[in-house]
Amino acid sequence: MTEPIIGIRDLRKTFRSGDVDVHALRGVDLAVERGEFLAVVGPSGSGKSTLFHILGGLTPPTAGTVFIDGQDLMKMSDGDRTKLRMKSVGFVFQKYNLLPTLTVKDNIEIARDIAGMKGPLDEQFVEVLEVLGITNKMGRKPRQLSGGEQQRVAIARSIVNRPAILLADEPTGNLDTENSTAVLNLLRDLNKRLGQTILMITHNPEAAAFADRIVHMRDGQLHTA
Amino acid sequence: MMLTLVGVGEGMLREQVARTRGVGADIIIRPSGSSVIGITPPSINERLVGWALEQPHVAQATGVVIAPLGGVSTVHGVDFDEMTKMSGGFTFLEGRPFKDGQEAIIDEYYAREKKLKAGSTINMLNRDWIVSGIFRGGKLTRMMLPRKLLQDVTANTGKVSVIYVKLDDPSHTAEVIAHLKQTLTDYPIYSMDELASQFSVNSVPELKSFIGVVVTLSVLFGFLVVFLAMYTAILERTREIGILKALGAGQAYVLGILLRETILLAVIGSSMGIGMSYVTQWMIATFIPASMTQAIVYEWWWKAAAVTLGGALLGVFYPAIKAARQDALESLSYD
Repeated sequence: MTEPIIGIRDLRKTFRSGDVDVHALRGVDLAVERGEFLAVVGPSGSGKSTLFHILGGLTPPTAGTVFIDGQDLMKMSDGDRTKLRMKSVGFVFQKYNLLPTLTVKDNIEIARDIAGMKGPLDEQFVEVLEVLGITNKMGRKPRQLSGGEQQRVAIARSIVNRPAILLADEPTGNLDTENSTAVLNLLRDLNKRLGQTILMITHNPEAAAFADRIVHMRDGQLHTA
Repeated sequence: MMLTLVGVGEGMLREQVARTRGVGADIIIRPSGSSVIGITPPSINERLVGWALEQPHVAQATGVVIAPLGGVSTVHGVDFDEMTKMSGGFTFLEGRPFKDGQEAIIDEYYAREKKLKAGSTINMLNRDWIVSGIFRGGKLTRMMLPRKLLQDVTANTGKVSVIYVKLDDPSHTAEVIAHLKQTLTDYPIYSMDELASQFSVNSVPELKSFIGVVVTLSVLFGFLVVFLAMYTAILERTREIGILKALGAGQAYVLGILLRETILLAVIGSSMGIGMSYVTQWMIATFIPASMTQAIVYEWWWKAAAVTLGGALLGVFYPAIKAARQDALESLSYD
C-alpha cells in the first residue's frame, strides 16, 4: 500500500483567546490516499476550518504529526509553509477569493507566476478550463461573473500548478442549488479525470455525498461515518 | 511643482539674459560694491559715461537708471536715442517713443498682462504716466522712462545705475575691460558673455536655497502622499494580500508587487509633472507674461523623476514591509 498523501496523527491545535485556551483540534487522526475525494462534514465550531488551515499551511499545528505529500508540517518554518502553499496545496474558498482587479486569465496566471511557472498553459489544463466552462470568460473581471463562474475560476486557479492536494472550504456555501451541483460535479470530474486529491470541508451532507469518503468532525475530533 | 518652480527661476534668469543681450552692448560697468545680479541703485556719476566714450575702441556708451517698483519689478530710465542706436532700434507695436513729458514705454508682455494700450495711464513711483508706446519685448526691460526724468523723480540727478558700452569691434572686449579696470578699480566690469554666464541658478544664492527648499518639499510631499496612499491601499487590500499569500506568495513577492506599483506610480507622476509644467508654462505665458517666465527645464526632468521616485520609495517602505509581514490567515479573514 502506498503512503497516504495526507497523514495526520494526534493533531492538536490550541488557540489563545484572551485569557482562555481554546482547543480547536483535540487529537485528530486521518489518512487520505492519493487521488481520494474526501469530505469532512461538521457543524460550525467543530474544528474543520482549523484542520483546513493547518493542512493548507496557513497556521502551524500545536502538537501531533502532519505529513502532506511526504513533508512534515511540524518541522516547517513560515517560509516552508509558504512554499507548501505554492507547490503542494491548492485552495478553493467559500468566498472565491479572486483578486478583484485582475481578469480571469490574470487570476490564474498570478498563481503560476507565484510558483515561478512560465510559458503557455499545458493542453491538459486548457481542457480543464473547457470543462470548467470559463474559456470564453478569460478577459472578464470577477465582478462580471456569477458566483458559480467565480467559483469555477477559483477551482481553475487552485489546480493550475498541479498541487498534490486541493483543499476546498465550503466551496458551495455561497452558491444556489444549481451552481452548487455544477461545482461539485466539476470537483468530482477533476478528481476522476486528473486523479486530483481533494479534501472538501462542508456542513452540507448533500455536498459531502459527492465525495468518495465522508468523515465527520465534532468537538475537534474526527469520526468515521 | 518642482519643474514649474525651477522652470520659473530658470526662465526668469534666461529671459533676463535675453533682454540684457538685447541692449546690444559688449561691456557693462556696474557700481562699486554691487553684485553681478541684482537691482543696482544709481550711484555711478553720469560723467563716467562721457569718460567711457573717450576710451579706445569704445564706439558708444549709455547710462541707465534702474528704480525698483517692489518685488522684482523695476523701471529703467534710458536715453531713448542712445538706447535705440546701441540696440539696433525698437519696434513699436503701438504708439511711439516717449518724449520728455510724463510718458513711459512698455513692452508687449507688460501691456498684455496689465491690459494696457498706447494712451493708457499707469502709476509708478507714485505718479501717473501715459503709455506713449508699446515695443516688442526683448530689450533691457519691460518699462522705460526718460532717464533724466527718472533721475529727478528718484532724487538721483546726475547718477546712473549701470553703463553699457559698445565697442567698434567686439574682439577687443577683454582688452578694453582690462583698460577700464585700470581706472575704475572698484567697479565690477563684465563682458556681456561673462554677465550672461553669471545668470544661472548657482550664481543666485537665494534661488539656489529656494530650489533646495522646493526639492526638500517635493521629497516630503512625495513621501507623505505615497505613504498615506499606500498605507490606506494596503489596509484596503489586506484580503488581496491574504489571497496572494494563500497562493504561496512570500514576503519578497508581496514587496515586489508593491514596489513595482510604486515605481509605476512615480513614473506616471513624473510624466504628469512634466506635462503639467507645459500647462503652467502656457498659463504663465498667457495670464502673467510680464511678471514671470517659465522655462521647460529638460535637465531637471530626470532630477524631478529621481526625487519623485525617492520620495515614493521612502513612502512605500513601511507600508510594504507591513503588508509583506501580514499573516495570511488574518488577512483572509479581513473584510
